[in-house]
Amino acid sequence: MPKIKLPVKSPHINMTPMVDLFALLLTFFMLTTSFRPQEAVIIDTPNSISEKLSPDKNVITILVSKDNKIFMNFDNGSDTSVLIRKEVLKKMAEQYHLTFTDKELKTFASWSSFGMPTEKLKSWLNTEDSKEREKFQTGIPIDSTDNQFNLWIRFIRLQNPQAVVAIKGDGIADFKTVKHVMDILQDNQVNKFNLTTNLQKEEAKLEE
Amino acid sequence: MAEIIQEEGKQKGGKKKAKKFSTNIDMTPMVDLMCLLITFFMLTTAFSKPKAMEITMPEKKNDPSVKAPEISADRTMNILISGNDQIYYFFGMADPKKPLPQLIKTDYSKDGIRKVLLQRNKIVFKAVTDLREKVLKGELVMADTTVNRKIKELKKSDKNAPIILIKADDKAKYKNLVDIIDEMAITNIANYAIVDMAPTEKQMLESAAANK
Repeated sequence: MPKIKLPVKSPHINMTPMVDLFALLLTFFMLTTSFRPQEAVIIDTPNSISEKLSPDKNVITILVSKDNKIFMNFDNGSDTSVLIRKEVLKKMAEQYHLTFTDKELKTFASWSSFGMPTEKLKSWLNTEDSKEREKFQTGIPIDSTDNQFNLWIRFIRLQNPQAVVAIKGDGIADFKTVKHVMDILQDNQVNKFNLTTNLQKEEAKLEE
Repeated sequence: MAEIIQEEGKQKGGKKKAKKFSTNIDMTPMVDLMCLLITFFMLTTAFSKPKAMEITMPEKKNDPSVKAPEISADRTMNILISGNDQIYYFFGMADPKKPLPQLIKTDYSKDGIRKVLLQRNKIVFKAVTDLREKVLKGELVMADTTVNRKIKELKKSDKNAPIILIKADDKAKYKNLVDIIDEMAITNIANYAIVDMAPTEKQMLESAAANK
């Protein structure tokens, strides 16, 4: 039997529309993007109806993780014009009789959130491997015997009294810890907090 | 991937034609690169900017001569928050020398605490929703800032609006607190404060939990 030969079609596809679409998408993402800040821990914030945008300038962010550890980030991102990170670290070092080299100060200024006892900061700053570095993030001591968090806040406030405080707590963090954080902040004359939340619409109706 | 270079048709013998170059360009590398870039931007983008709710706490006063302002007991409503998403409320003050007010159990749902709060804050809530509706329908033309200021004024106008005292114990979660503050925003309550729980109230909570 004679074989039926199908005409071989060229496998060429016209990619022009696809490329057009890609170009559009790429432009969209490039223009709308605002980079997610690197954070020491993943925090699942609770929901609220608040539509007020979280402040992104001149802000001290305090992170409360779900296992009640405290991390913080300050003078970073779009507010780097203030440049107080080095000064604050120097003050902290003075307090704990540590010395940081210029290189370490520079590294600290460029990194974001951290959470560890001050004594460990040096080795954290000198660790190259990012996986290894993560192990240092054990939270800032906050209990009354060694309240380093209080000192951090005090030094930051001294350097930059205008900074606003944003508390970014995990939904399942204990209220006790958050309350403790607020108490320390109030001791440092911070009476206004921004609680970072996710937007979720809620409706309320009055029953007639 | 597809290579887009078309073969040219056979040329006829005698005549010499200038060689025609195909105008098609191989776009594959470009597409690859774009794919990568899109993926990168999609993964690193923070789509929803984080929102924040602002709370202002009263300044801590160490001066014992300054007394806390008196608040009338019949305007006061206390919300007690405990672990396992438990929430109770009572009206008035819990004075250990007097018979204790009844503790009522409720929940975080729409028909729970919100209903109670709305009932207490009826007048203000109605005024605010009326204003919002009017603006939405275009009956009132105002700038957003003016609307917000008006709402703030309305919230404070009612001299009988409830005063909510939010008290959480050590077992409560941060989420519970945020939920309750959020509930205040939903029901347009202007006067609320986060207060430490008094020992009497702790006892009330314990006995309520035991009676369950």
